[in-house]
Amino acid sequence: MPDGSRSTLPFHLHRFHGGLHLEDHKQESATRPLQTASLPGQLILRLKQHIGEPNEPRVAVGDRVLRGQKIADTPERVAAPLHAPSSGTVVAIEDRPVAHPSGKSDRCIVIEPDGLDEAIAFEPPDLERCSREDLLRLIREAGIVGLGGAVFPTAAKAETAAAHPIQTLIINGAECEPWITCDDLLMRSRPEAVIAGIRHLQRILEPAQTLIGIEDNKPEAIAAMQQALDEAALTDTRLVPIPTVYPSGGEKQLIKILTGHEVKSRHLAFEIGLLCQNVGTCAAISDALDRGQPLTHRIVTVTGTGVREPGNWVVPLGTPFEHLVELAGGFSVERPEPIMGGPMMGFEVRLDAGLVKAGNCLLILNRDHRPEEHECVRCGRCTDVCPAQLLPQQLYWYGRARQFDKAEEYHLFDCIECGCCAAVCPSHLPLVQLYRYAKSEIREQQRKSWKSDRARKRHEFREARIARQKAEEEERRRKKREALAKKKSTPAARPETELDPVQAALERVKARKAAQQVAPKNTDNLTPAQRRQIEEAEARRRKLKQGPDS
Amino acid sequence: MSHLYSPFVTPSSSTNRMMLNVVIALIPGTLAYAWYFGPGVLVNVVFASALALALEAAVLLLRQRPLKPYLGDFSALVTAWLFALSIPMHSPWWLIATGIGFAMIAGKHLYGGLGFNPFNPAMIGFVVVLIAFPKEMTTWFAPAELTGQTLGLADSLRYLFGLGDNAQWDALTSATPLDHYRTSLGMDLTISEIRQSPLFGDFGGVGWEWIANWWFIGGVFLLLTGTIRWHIPVAMIGSLLAIATLFWLIDPDGTASPTFHLFSGGMMLGAFFIATDPVTAATTPRGRLVYGALIGLLVYIIRSWGSFPDGVAFAVLLANMATPLIDYYTQPRVYGELPEEED
Repeated sequence: MPDGSRSTLPFHLHRFHGGLHLEDHKQESATRPLQTASLPGQLILRLKQHIGEPNEPRVAVGDRVLRGQKIADTPERVAAPLHAPSSGTVVAIEDRPVAHPSGKSDRCIVIEPDGLDEAIAFEPPDLERCSREDLLRLIREAGIVGLGGAVFPTAAKAETAAAHPIQTLIINGAECEPWITCDDLLMRSRPEAVIAGIRHLQRILEPAQTLIGIEDNKPEAIAAMQQALDEAALTDTRLVPIPTVYPSGGEKQLIKILTGHEVKSRHLAFEIGLLCQNVGTCAAISDALDRGQPLTHRIVTVTGTGVREPGNWVVPLGTPFEHLVELAGGFSVERPEPIMGGPMMGFEVRLDAGLVKAGNCLLILNRDHRPEEHECVRCGRCTDVCPAQLLPQQLYWYGRARQFDKAEEYHLFDCIECGCCAAVCPSHLPLVQLYRYAKSEIREQQRKSWKSDRARKRHEFREARIARQKAEEEERRRKKREALAKKKSTPAARPETELDPVQAALERVKARKAAQQVAPKNTDNLTPAQRRQIEEAEARRRKLKQGPDS
Repeated sequence: MSHLYSPFVTPSSSTNRMMLNVVIALIPGTLAYAWYFGPGVLVNVVFASALALALEAAVLLLRQRPLKPYLGDFSALVTAWLFALSIPMHSPWWLIATGIGFAMIAGKHLYGGLGFNPFNPAMIGFVVVLIAFPKEMTTWFAPAELTGQTLGLADSLRYLFGLGDNAQWDALTSATPLDHYRTSLGMDLTISEIRQSPLFGDFGGVGWEWIANWWFIGGVFLLLTGTIRWHIPVAMIGSLLAIATLFWLIDPDGTASPTFHLFSGGMMLGAFFIATDPVTAATTPRGRLVYGALIGLLVYIIRSWGSFPDGVAFAVLLANMATPLIDYYTQPRVYGELPEEED
């Protein structure tokens, strides 16, 4: 195919099981143009914003930092460094509340921006001379992670995948969760950056084809991307509009839709020659390789029934969520419920937590009265909508009864926590919540059993070692005894003079003692007077030694 | 702070709504029943429902559970209604009380209440009274079309409390079509001879066949509202028709026609309202097909070779017993689990 970018051949789409047609609520935020967020009073940057090894700070409190300056990193491979999103002073490196489902605190670097927004000198690399390894290193150094929400370090993912023959590179622009429009706005406002990033990925991975999947509820994004694709004239790259069904943007579901393949349980896509990257990640790769700029900002949708002016902003990482609410005109409801992510998979966040690389959306809903829970009536609607083709209801029963081994048998770990089952449950059961709990319990059990296994093995090893030493000692003694017994049983074979060693030693000691008693020293050349004196002394000593009874 | 978790979407349905849909879907068939056989059936339904709700409340109090959410879920109403439709009209009050008592207490709450009962409570109640009171349970009234009269509301109430007139009673009762078939076949009559009886209409029993049509319409309503899925009714009716057709083709004069089987007894009500009770039915997609087919097959077997004229209740209970087994062996293929693997 000479021009793969605009094939008129019909594309055969596949279907994944279940899923939901949800009210998409995209209009609220997608109708306004992309805006640039103002700087907040403080940037609260969690040290670890990715999946993998934790970062260590590379700055100290009091340091002045510039935009783009690396402020945290680790030598580990599966990690991504962190860069200052604006110029200012590091005022604290301490535990702060972070965007996490548990509402926990974690180490953060707090920067007070000085408003100058001074940047380090960005030097675009000489791409012509870059090897594949160089490109991967540059991507890692730019702090790029999967911006679709998984935040797995992109360089590590691409590096592992590049070791395999990649048949199809899949670019995920589905954005299937309701309310979220940050990828839509990105594709509409910077389609050329997305395409440039795809080109870099193609250079690294050398896929046979590239498919860009975008849900058909985003016609403007599709048109903009198609135009950019035509202009870039990428070969064997195709934009495929896909039907709007939640969760089409789940990696496994998108793979199914576009290729018909399924990734086996506990396997990764590259094992069957596939690799998925989100459109936001592609744009970040382009920023890093074409401009030399690390990942310091991301597009965030601030939307929901609870804010006055929903929209999308380019936001510096670390911006507190309350600042985002201000950008969107403030709360419009009495009891706002702030959620990071979409309504299906997002979680409640504290408003004083800082934006992280995973933060695609801040959704503000009204804290509604939750409908009453009922007992499960086994209606099976959850089974009908489960995109992983599980039996959510059985998982519920086993999870509830703490029969975790049975839950695992029913493929608990294949659950992608998309929330479809809970959304259709007529008994309003917190299904996903229960699965998360069951998963964490199982992981905890495994960790414990691994630990106790190790302790048991150590103990057994120690016991075995002691037993072995004992046995060796025993063996040595036994040999010795045997040797002695042999000696005794064959006395004729040995000369009479040869004594038992113990007895010989005793003899030697006796002899030495006797010699000591008998032979005083330096008595060879004595005068008769001296001799007499000695004899007298000896006589006294003997008297003393023998005691009164002799 | 209240504990919040995803998904943050307003649920589109509720169990209360599902149960209410079932009640709504029962109305046209019940009215048709009253039209053909008199208001006795309504007396049954009202009395059974009141009793069931009272018992439900009493047991909930004993179990120290809140009344409102459980009483408001309409499940007791559905159980009572289905039980009342299954027994002969003009049944005495103590028969209804026994059946409802077993349904609600033994069939439902002893297992832990709605969601935990392995057997269909209405069918538990029905089978208990069927075995305990065979005389009362085989005294059926003929449709108005045949006798020219039905008992009015006042008479129905009198019979309910055992104050009815015995002479009037004898004039109005008759065998059900299924019963008639059974006895007549026992007397070596041929199908064409049997069908001479005025009890038979175009494809089922007079009156009964039209009530069955209304159950079917109620069932379509349940399908359209998503209250039930198509698998169980289709498999149940399909398997009954298949086996009935097979035997009918072999011996057309010695066996009832497939359509007669379909439109008689509790088949239509069973297929859309009883076998589809989600709590006691199989839940996997393939399992629902197996479950439905098993009931259809058992209905035919019990009707043809068992000692009861109709077999829907027994068939449903037997299939309930097999539900865990069916669910276990019909687990769907999980995403990523390829059928050709494990080589």
